[in-house]
Amino acid sequence: MTAPLLQVRDLVTHFETRAGVVKAVDGVSFDLAQGEVVGLVGESGSGKTVTGFSILGLIDPPGRIVGGSIVLQNQELVGADRSTLRHLRGRRMAMVFQDPAMTLNPVLTIGTQMRLALAAHERVSAKAARDRAAAVLTKVGIPDAAHMLDAYPHQFSGGMRQRVAIAIALLNRPALIVCDEPTTALDVSIQAQILIEMRALVRDFGTALIWISHDVATVSSIASRILVMYAGRLIEEGPTAAVLRAPRHPYTLGLLRSLPANAAPGQELAQIAGAPPSLLNLPPGCAFAPRCARTDGACAAAPALVRHGDRALRCHHPIMTEVAA
Amino acid sequence: MSSLVSVAQVSKRFAPTLSVGERIAAALGSGPDPRTVHAVDDVSLYIGKGEVLGLVGESGCGKSTLGRIIAGISPPTAGAATIAGKDVMGGRRKATKATTRVQMVFQDPFASLNPRLRIGDIIAEGPIAHGLVRKPEARGYVETWLAAVGLARDAADRYPHQFSGGQRQRIAIARALAMRPDVLVCDEPVASLDVSIQAQIINLFLKLRREFGLTMLFISHDLGVVRHISDRVAIMYLGRIVETGRTGDVYASPRHPYTRALLDSVPKLVLEDDQLVSFHAIQGELPSPRARPSGCHFHLRCPHAAPRCRSEAPHPSAVGSDRQVACHFPLEA
Repeated sequence: MTAPLLQVRDLVTHFETRAGVVKAVDGVSFDLAQGEVVGLVGESGSGKTVTGFSILGLIDPPGRIVGGSIVLQNQELVGADRSTLRHLRGRRMAMVFQDPAMTLNPVLTIGTQMRLALAAHERVSAKAARDRAAAVLTKVGIPDAAHMLDAYPHQFSGGMRQRVAIAIALLNRPALIVCDEPTTALDVSIQAQILIEMRALVRDFGTALIWISHDVATVSSIASRILVMYAGRLIEEGPTAAVLRAPRHPYTLGLLRSLPANAAPGQELAQIAGAPPSLLNLPPGCAFAPRCARTDGACAAAPALVRHGDRALRCHHPIMTEVAA
Repeated sequence: MSSLVSVAQVSKRFAPTLSVGERIAAALGSGPDPRTVHAVDDVSLYIGKGEVLGLVGESGCGKSTLGRIIAGISPPTAGAATIAGKDVMGGRRKATKATTRVQMVFQDPFASLNPRLRIGDIIAEGPIAHGLVRKPEARGYVETWLAAVGLARDAADRYPHQFSGGQRQRIAIARALAMRPDVLVCDEPVASLDVSIQAQIINLFLKLRREFGLTMLFISHDLGVVRHISDRVAIMYLGRIVETGRTGDVYASPRHPYTRALLDSVPKLVLEDDQLVSFHAIQGELPSPRARPSGCHFHLRCPHAAPRCRSEAPHPSAVGSDRQVACHFPLEA
């Protein structure tokens, strides 16, 4: 087997605040193959965004990657210096953020921003930069792309701005794009357009994607594999269909059952009691134990992530009703 | 079912402040100002007593503006919203509320609670001001409502920043209910909450509805949530209601092409032969409410558009029982 595109091992990212150490990511490990699309699912504070930022080397003080390793195409990123990371960002890995209005510079035209993104990594003439920018804009579904290069971000709608942000991420054909809630700020009809286009783009370009979202339904519509995070740790991992059909971690099951789509209209939803724990003050042992119906004495000790074939699980009392045929 | 809330031909336009010259031109009949935003355009609907009406639409369609008109927060430019036959604005055009019979729960519980007041004061302020409870009894009254929304009684002594998003939304609901309203307008009340907390708040709404027989307008862009909680739904597009009907009927067989397209564009968590049920995108972008298409607002994105749709705006007409569609060529049932 060839080495995976991205290998994350025991990643630990902490934020040292006056109130104490926030353990935002606490020992996350996963692999990503070339061209693969994984979904990273979790609630706010689960560490999914910080995981994405850690991979791109975007953690600023008081945050710090405390331990672990991130290897992209055989290159270690943890501890790499700023210029190395600058060189990699945009060219071999890129990020699409939740709010496209924050990504784009409001005082530069789209064309200028795209030319700068190209010029950061290679010598390119203004004419060639324009042509390449227009070609990528067309790819992401922006009509009349050549003309739009002279427009400013405020002249675009939210959905169009996110398309521009995706185009900039694709510009240097990186091997990996981390998308952090890229459709959360958009309307459902625009979300559907972007999901469908993104699926086609990663197929055409052979780009690997980490799609971060709190919405299991959107993630499952694009990702072939799902990683579920809770309180800074991966708690379940597996092929999308398998996890949806037979979730094994009580939290994953609770999350899926609490969705209105999985209940008859008007009926009480199967809610998860309580609220996610504070990352300043995590319970010892399993972080989900205080909210879990299956908790017993064993849960006082933190469970390890155990792999079974293509699935992985961090639980002492997994749900194993369905035996794989 | 008798209707409690009635909205009759309500419009809301936001016009820019005119300069002196522009005002003279307008007085001389310069025609409508192209910068005017038609947020709500000739909308009529009703909510039966004890009924939950879901109001669905994409951002900018005017659903929040319509909610604020029904809640008496914002006066309509034309038409009127009435509760049990009484105009919520008291017949005035000023933004003062003539009735306390309607209350509102807002989307962002971080913005809707005064950070400098204790929870007890936040909840008691309205009822004391309107004579529902006397000051000495306010504490007990507040604790009753805190219990109703599932919070401990000592919450009354604390400040908003000491609570999580879900708990704050419970406080906002308690504040609304403490006014003993007949009608509750909820504007995206679960949109800013985490998935596991969303379920808790949806369950709270279901429970409160059973206990107090609340009549609700539930505004949301989330089709799954609306389906779960509403008896009837109204679908809004660019200021107009395009379809209304009983929730089950509308979701099972949408008659307006926009409703159909909207339902189809949501990724679903249903597996068929290990494949996710596919979803489809609506073509094109949402037009600006400042430059609305002529005729039917949806014709630019509609797969069934005909010449008539470009010139003539369709009016809501009855199709089947308790069902209205504003389309020249409604889909087959």
